[in-house]
Amino acid sequence: MNVTNLASIASALVAAAALVTAAPPHAFADVESILQSQCASCHALQAPANNIAKNERLSRMAPPLHFAGNKYNRDWLVSWLSNPSPIHPAGYYPQRHIINTGDGDTLDTDVRFAHPTLSTEEADAVATALMLLKSKSALIEADTYQSGTVAMRMGVMDFRRFKGCDACHQDSTTSGGLSGPLLYNAAQRLQAAYLSSFILNPVAWDPNTVMPVLEMNEPAVHKLVHYLLMLEE
Amino acid sequence: MRNQLKNVVRVTGIGALAFLANLGPAFGAEADGALLYDMYCVQCHGTQGNGKGINASHINVQPRSHIDKGEMSARSDAELFKVIAEGGPAINKSVLMPAWRHNLNESEIEALVAHLRKLCCEN
Repeated sequence: MNVTNLASIASALVAAAALVTAAPPHAFADVESILQSQCASCHALQAPANNIAKNERLSRMAPPLHFAGNKYNRDWLVSWLSNPSPIHPAGYYPQRHIINTGDGDTLDTDVRFAHPTLSTEEADAVATALMLLKSKSALIEADTYQSGTVAMRMGVMDFRRFKGCDACHQDSTTSGGLSGPLLYNAAQRLQAAYLSSFILNPVAWDPNTVMPVLEMNEPAVHKLVHYLLMLEE
Repeated sequence: MRNQLKNVVRVTGIGALAFLANLGPAFGAEADGALLYDMYCVQCHGTQGNGKGINASHINVQPRSHIDKGEMSARSDAELFKVIAEGGPAINKSVLMPAWRHNLNESEIEALVAHLRKLCCEN
């Protein structure tokens, strides 16, 4: 074997390695195309300026995704994107769907949940791309949550009675308010450190969130997270 | 001389206060109480402020009706500010009313108090 042959083999190996490690160019273009054409019109894919105005919240159609990689479980993302179902029982901004009956408010039942459904391959590729969006990694790194357990009865009491979470959130299919995202499936959807960090200081995640700071110490937050992670859909 | 110096300090102080007061609006548009009420309050207190928001039937303590003139007149502006900022327990009310002082600044809470006064007592 001469030097020329060796050089040819080496360059072929390098080229093959590059093909293995890099995503095919057309696949990357497809993901970018999906993100821009199907996600970006409703979801923020980039972090906003620090001094964003309060009324920005009104124009949002869906949750920001610039920290999707700090928030969601990848397996859940793949599954949900290929078979989406409502996460917010009253919509992301419930006020858009409220009807005043004259004797209290109700939800407009004619409003249909609408989210694009992706093929399994597309969902997998988009989930990979979304998991790279990590604008809040510093908050995750600062979080101190460690897995643990809590007696279910205490967890229920804490969620519903002591902390009042059920005013806005459901911890079962039959209990809880309508304005906040469902939490009985939080374990599948959300990362533990995200739950812990967000409950402790939601404003640090999103200055215009409508989730209040519950002024709990870290051990109290961690007990709530234990409870949420023990729930089964 | 000492009195002249005092006057200079006094005038400068008044000027500084006037300057700071003028800075207020420049930091952002005046807080809109109705907008803030729509964002943060109607889920429980209702679009009409009658305490019958979409969450109300799921809560074991009924949210306060903000159009109840009698109930609302019994509360001072300072108390309303306190309960919005620090939550229900701050005025011996339900834990279901959270503290909003981390989401809203003082001028926004003041705008909400002014909006509550409109809801309860101007119609």
